[in-house]
Amino acid sequence: MENSTVDLSAIERVEAARTAHLTAGAKPAKVLAHDVNVYYGDKHALQAVNVEIPDRGVMAFIGPSGCGKSTFLRCINRMNDTIASCRVTGKITIDDQDIYDRSLDVVQLRARVGMVFQKPNPFPKSIYDNVAYGPRIHGLTANKAELDEVVQSSLEKAALWNEVKDRLQDSGTGLSGGQQQRLCIARAIAVNPDIILMDEPCSALDPIATAKVETLIDELRSNFCIIIVTHSMQQAARVSQRTAFFHLGTLVEEDSTKTIFSNPKDQRTQDYITGRFG
Amino acid sequence: MTVVYFTALALLTLTAYVLASRRSVALSATGVRMHSLPAYHGLLAISLVIAPMLLIWAVGTPLVSQLAASNALTNFPAEIRNDALQAGSALREIKNLAAGQHSGDVSDALRAATDTYSAWRTSGNFLLLIIGLTAALAGIATSLRMVSGQFRARNHFERIVRIVLMACAGVAVLTTIGIVASVLTETIRFFFDPNIKGRPGILDFLFGTEWNPQQAMRADQGDIKSAYGFVPLLTGTLLITAIAMCVAGPLGLLSAIYLAEYASPRMRRYAKPVLEILAGVPTVVLGFFAALTVAPYIRGWGEALGLDVASESALAAGLVMGMMIIPFISSLSDDVMNAVPQSLRDGAYALGATKSEAIKQVVLPAALPGIVSAFMLAMSRAIGETMIVVMAAGLAANLTLNPLDAVTTITVQIKTILVGDQEFDSAKTLAAFALGFVLFFITLILNIIALRIVRKYREQYD
Repeated sequence: MENSTVDLSAIERVEAARTAHLTAGAKPAKVLAHDVNVYYGDKHALQAVNVEIPDRGVMAFIGPSGCGKSTFLRCINRMNDTIASCRVTGKITIDDQDIYDRSLDVVQLRARVGMVFQKPNPFPKSIYDNVAYGPRIHGLTANKAELDEVVQSSLEKAALWNEVKDRLQDSGTGLSGGQQQRLCIARAIAVNPDIILMDEPCSALDPIATAKVETLIDELRSNFCIIIVTHSMQQAARVSQRTAFFHLGTLVEEDSTKTIFSNPKDQRTQDYITGRFG
Repeated sequence: MTVVYFTALALLTLTAYVLASRRSVALSATGVRMHSLPAYHGLLAISLVIAPMLLIWAVGTPLVSQLAASNALTNFPAEIRNDALQAGSALREIKNLAAGQHSGDVSDALRAATDTYSAWRTSGNFLLLIIGLTAALAGIATSLRMVSGQFRARNHFERIVRIVLMACAGVAVLTTIGIVASVLTETIRFFFDPNIKGRPGILDFLFGTEWNPQQAMRADQGDIKSAYGFVPLLTGTLLITAIAMCVAGPLGLLSAIYLAEYASPRMRRYAKPVLEILAGVPTVVLGFFAALTVAPYIRGWGEALGLDVASESALAAGLVMGMMIIPFISSLSDDVMNAVPQSLRDGAYALGATKSEAIKQVVLPAALPGIVSAFMLAMSRAIGETMIVVMAAGLAANLTLNPLDAVTTITVQIKTILVGDQEFDSAKTLAAFALGFVLFFITLILNIIALRIVRKYREQYD
């Protein structure tokens, strides 16, 4: 009992610290990339990317296919480590901590940086076990009741609870595509990450499911730093506050979404958003 | 004659294809819009040649030899013709003489009968050839007449393909049904035929604890009722299979995990084929390896520990059999684990799972149905394996669960019973069928259990 009150006050303090930044207007960079280069074997996939990604809010990466936006996204939780031929240089920090530092445990990093993939990839387990997976492997909950609570709140945050609450033991793979993607979002939220990376999360979904996921992203942005890669410029305009435009492995321009879509500085950005290529 | 017939078949097939497809090409050259490509008209023509010719041959040939035989036998007196045994031996002599392999004196009746036989065969086969050729030519003519713009040769050929494929599947299914039926009839005879001397009751068989069929050869030797007790064989089989699975299960699964998840592609490329070579070692080789190398080693090791080890032990047979089935488990499990989509692993890694957590909690559950069927396949192999057990575990039907004793298995006893000259209506021989049936039944139950498990845990993923 005493423990839980201590925990609560700790959470409140952290929350207060976070919101203090917001109200003060000074948005600190959550993710900071400095001179990031990525090579796949001999291919120089990403060249000298510098960007600051603020906490709380949605940052969209747009650009034509093969421009490196997904590659950069996968650098932020070091998913590129799973590709043998991939090499990353430069520096990426999250909360001033170098994530490519030798002493950093990639497992801890990924617990802080959640990811949602292009194609919904629920585990072939029950809906409950899908969401409980992260908390279980990181030992975030002490008992079944706490775990139940985390599962429920994650599903609620992912706007899926009402649809699945009566069949939590059914297989996650039996849900519709849109529900599966929201389940994957719930699964990512359940470990309480700071950052959620989304790699074209709606490209395999129909328009109605897409609308639900977009609404969800909009709701989540007050609690998380969300970085979304999207092919759809309308989607970027709808959900993001800041937008970065990638082209041929370079970050061409990064600004508030409004500026990028109304008054871009670079000609290539202008051409892309007006549909001249890509 | 057969050679001529099939040469004609081949030539006519070629002709049919060329004529029909040429005609189709010629027709489309005149501006007719063809529904099907020339090749399909040709293939349909081929089917119209092959199908009737094969049918005529398959029905005609036995008919001709039947007719020839019955006409040849008219040269013999009625008492020979009407006695099945004598008629049979006369017919064998006729056939031998016709083939020029007869030795000894040739009676007039036999000579005349052989002449009749050969004459009937020759004219019958000639008639068959004529009928076959006529049918084939009619087929070619029909197919040529059918070539037209609207004729859907492609769809018709598709239907023929379906029938051929169905027939192939049918052969496999019918063979299975045939084997089961024959084993089942002999088993029923073993238990219920009153003419079989020394047969046991079903309960004596299923629950008897003594197996000694050699003893039951004569009614005055030993207690016949207790000669066919199945239990020692079952425990022997299960004991050796269990030992084999204890060896192969962990080794096979863990090496599959290494190959699928940890090994570099280069390593995997070399290691997997090497592992699969193990599956290609003839079991008789593994058998003498077990008997001459492993068994003495186990014996020496056991004696050093002060244990009483039989020179042929279940442990030796089980260990070597385990080695034999490792590749089944590892290779199949490796394949199914590779088939688990990378996106599932990525999902686990993205949540901060370590490699072994991702394997344990995501890859293995997703691959479970395939892994279970790999285990079941390996287990059926172990239960059905004979040679290793014959050589390494012995023939003594001991009812024991001690892996250091000599035991015997169902398969070994079937082999022991049927080796050498046997009369097929003795209880001893029929006991082999009963054993075979029980063996079949056990593997059937295993398969059903495996299917249940697979269905229960199968998950849809893509």
